[in-house]
Amino acid sequence: MISQNKSHSFSRRNFLKTSLLAGGGMLIGFNLLSACKPDAILPIDISKLNFNDFNAFIKISDEGYVTIFSPNPEIGQGVKTAMPMIIAEELDVDWNKVSVAQGIYDPKNYQRQVAGGSQSIRFGWDALRQTGATTKQMLVNAAAIQWGVNPSSCSASQGIISNANGDTLGYGEVVKVAANLEVPENIILKDPKDFKIIGHDITNVDIQKIITGKPLFGIDYTSEGMVYASVLRPPAFGHKLTSFDDQISRSINGVIEVIKFGDKIAVLATNTWAAMKGKKAIVAHWKQDTKPESTEDHNFELIKILNGNKFNTNREDGNVETAFKNADKIIERTYESPFLPHNCMEPMNFYANVTDKKVHLVGPIQTPAWTSGKIAKILNRKPEEIHLEMTRMGGGFGRRLYGDFAEEAAQISNITKKPIQVVFSREDDMAAGTYRPAIKYRIKAAIKEGKLTAYHLKEAAINGNMYGLIANFFPAGCIPNYKVSTENYKSNITTGAWRAPFTNFLAFAEQSFFSEIANELDVDHPKLIIDLLQNVKGTTDERIQYSPERMEETINLVIKKSNWGKTSEGIYQGFSAYYCHNTHVAEVADIELKNGMPVVKKVTVAVDCGIVVNPLGAKNQLEGGVIDGIGHAMYGDFSFKSGTPQSVNFDKYRLIRMEETPEVKSYFVESNLSPTGLGEPGLPPAGGAVANAIFKATGQRLLKQPFINQLEMSRSKILG
Amino acid sequence: MPNYTLKINGKQIEVNVDEDTPLLWVLRDELTMKGTKFGCGIAQCGACTVHVNNIAVRSCSLPISSISEESITTIEGLSENGTHPVQLAWKEIDVPQCGYCQAGQIMTASAFLKDNSTPTKKEIREAMHGNICRCASYNRIEKAVELAAKNL
Repeated sequence: MISQNKSHSFSRRNFLKTSLLAGGGMLIGFNLLSACKPDAILPIDISKLNFNDFNAFIKISDEGYVTIFSPNPEIGQGVKTAMPMIIAEELDVDWNKVSVAQGIYDPKNYQRQVAGGSQSIRFGWDALRQTGATTKQMLVNAAAIQWGVNPSSCSASQGIISNANGDTLGYGEVVKVAANLEVPENIILKDPKDFKIIGHDITNVDIQKIITGKPLFGIDYTSEGMVYASVLRPPAFGHKLTSFDDQISRSINGVIEVIKFGDKIAVLATNTWAAMKGKKAIVAHWKQDTKPESTEDHNFELIKILNGNKFNTNREDGNVETAFKNADKIIERTYESPFLPHNCMEPMNFYANVTDKKVHLVGPIQTPAWTSGKIAKILNRKPEEIHLEMTRMGGGFGRRLYGDFAEEAAQISNITKKPIQVVFSREDDMAAGTYRPAIKYRIKAAIKEGKLTAYHLKEAAINGNMYGLIANFFPAGCIPNYKVSTENYKSNITTGAWRAPFTNFLAFAEQSFFSEIANELDVDHPKLIIDLLQNVKGTTDERIQYSPERMEETINLVIKKSNWGKTSEGIYQGFSAYYCHNTHVAEVADIELKNGMPVVKKVTVAVDCGIVVNPLGAKNQLEGGVIDGIGHAMYGDFSFKSGTPQSVNFDKYRLIRMEETPEVKSYFVESNLSPTGLGEPGLPPAGGAVANAIFKATGQRLLKQPFINQLEMSRSKILG
Repeated sequence: MPNYTLKINGKQIEVNVDEDTPLLWVLRDELTMKGTKFGCGIAQCGACTVHVNNIAVRSCSLPISSISEESITTIEGLSENGTHPVQLAWKEIDVPQCGYCQAGQIMTASAFLKDNSTPTKKEIREAMHGNICRCASYNRIEKAVELAAKNL
């Protein structure tokens, strides 16, 4: 079994570098991701690197103030607060003397820097601690030299170094000496019980800027001479541009230029409004290039896959076919989900200024390295000519992993030789593609002598299938005959990662199915899961991803905190548990019925994510993840007619709002294990918990998302 | 292009824009006041909320030509240094995740509390229903409005 507390190897020789700053103070840098990847190969001679080669830094001023550069992109997941907290803890400084800045990015020697997969904290943990602790030791060593004593007789806390004689020196007083010292090895990290910052509530480091409306996001960026660009893209998937008339567009006040690039037309203007008006005024003609697809076509193709026998096998234990033949009873259900747009509140945008000298890019991007590499290729420029600055992002949810909007900005600036900012309208944002793909799951189970003897999960998805690890999530290892089969249909509608890819829907399907099995076996749903987990304890199967012990403890915590099975009349509870992104989560939804429609009142969440770095931020992620999960399960609906998206703004596309939101109460399993991710894991179990509660209240099994369509249909039947 | 004199955050400001330009884009592009956010452009999400004569208004759907003597307040002018009780409550509760919608949320909440300083939970939920938070920080928005009402 994969260890839940894997320590990543770390060598100071490769990853730490210090220097004295010209303006005073000391800078220490480390390469976070190569530090965390035991097999990473550094591409170049480390001694020749400058500080831009490292992606996280500590800067200490002569006065003892500390600036920590947060290495990873911030999309609302809280790493800009949590990652510097980890450094500050081991550095042992007063958090009030710490300021945080977004780490700079230099693609010249840069390896990998991503916000995705809920991995920033998990991967960063050891390296961030080592960096803080190493810096602290260098400061102590510098003080010891000044005092002429042995460093082991000195200690440091809250930015003050003391020795046995009672002398003290502030960090700022010794930085100049410290910066020129050898980087020490064999650093001792703190015992978690001595943590003063980690495990304590720390407010979002950007809070003051957010509440006072300071420019912070990509869309807020401006530069001298910058103009705005609005882009007309093909209105339907499968369309190609044939011709266009821009006469009216060019006559609009503020419109500067209209250009064609590929199958797109960009309108440049002195302000966003004029650019958007100019885009609307273009008369474009399109031709059908590839097949126009509608939602009915996708439904037909995916069901055809499920009914057929052409699948890839992702995992197979025992023999499901034999078990089905010998079963007392077989249960089979098909679960269906639509495409979903990401709908970050900050619409896609990017700034580009392409000159002969360099390509300057600024904006919200989850994958700065990948995107600048692609742009270098598109523009046929050297990678070192690309300079990309990351801004805070108004949401990511996976959409900003894909740099299509940055590529557009670069192409437009390259053609026009102007500094430009591409701004998507909401309609552009929802129609531009890269959606959560529509997926259908068929799950079949065999019951014999009151036991679950076989489980076969089939996935039919648009464009691609579940990533490899998923077949080794629960219930892999728990059921003797187990099989995961996948196949996909290639569509011209673009798809991509969406918060908790695949599991965002699979968890609902699986935990709805287990609720049915529990009913069939006449056992409580959480008890069924706990019973199954016993079968995998002590397994030698290294493919298994989750820990049965940690999952069991998480389930027991949610049972206790939700008063499972002991609620007052009129409240119906549903349970769901899921492991993904290295984190174990269990949820209980409390619902009541109002005019025959379910209202989600409360969701209790129990989580094992190891050590909780910032409880205040961690709870925010869980509250958001749960409500996001419920909102999309309940309302998220996105369909196509001949390649054209049918709802492209919030008048037709429903997102969850305040009056539909339950209270979310989160609880953490106490742990001294290394932290794991929280940006995604809260979401997947939410839909299943609600669906299972609705079943208890109404007897109706929800098999399709969004729930609202089925709920309204059955209500209208009841009401006649 | 016509000339307009606006009263924004207590200052008289002249702008020269087309009459159909929404207040949102005048603020963001002409005046480089980037605190008011663009979310949907059709008054459905509330990210662009400002006060016009103390009433919460969607600036994305308010053409500049419809404004004359009205007093406009944006997030930048809600208080000196973020000290309005709603802003302080947002900070104390640590509301934001990505933070993008929060200026609009704060403007909606502050206009609402001006009208109703002792709101019930239900009234708060109704008042904030028009503002979308895609990160779904709704629990904290609700708590922060409750806290701000107490501290008004």
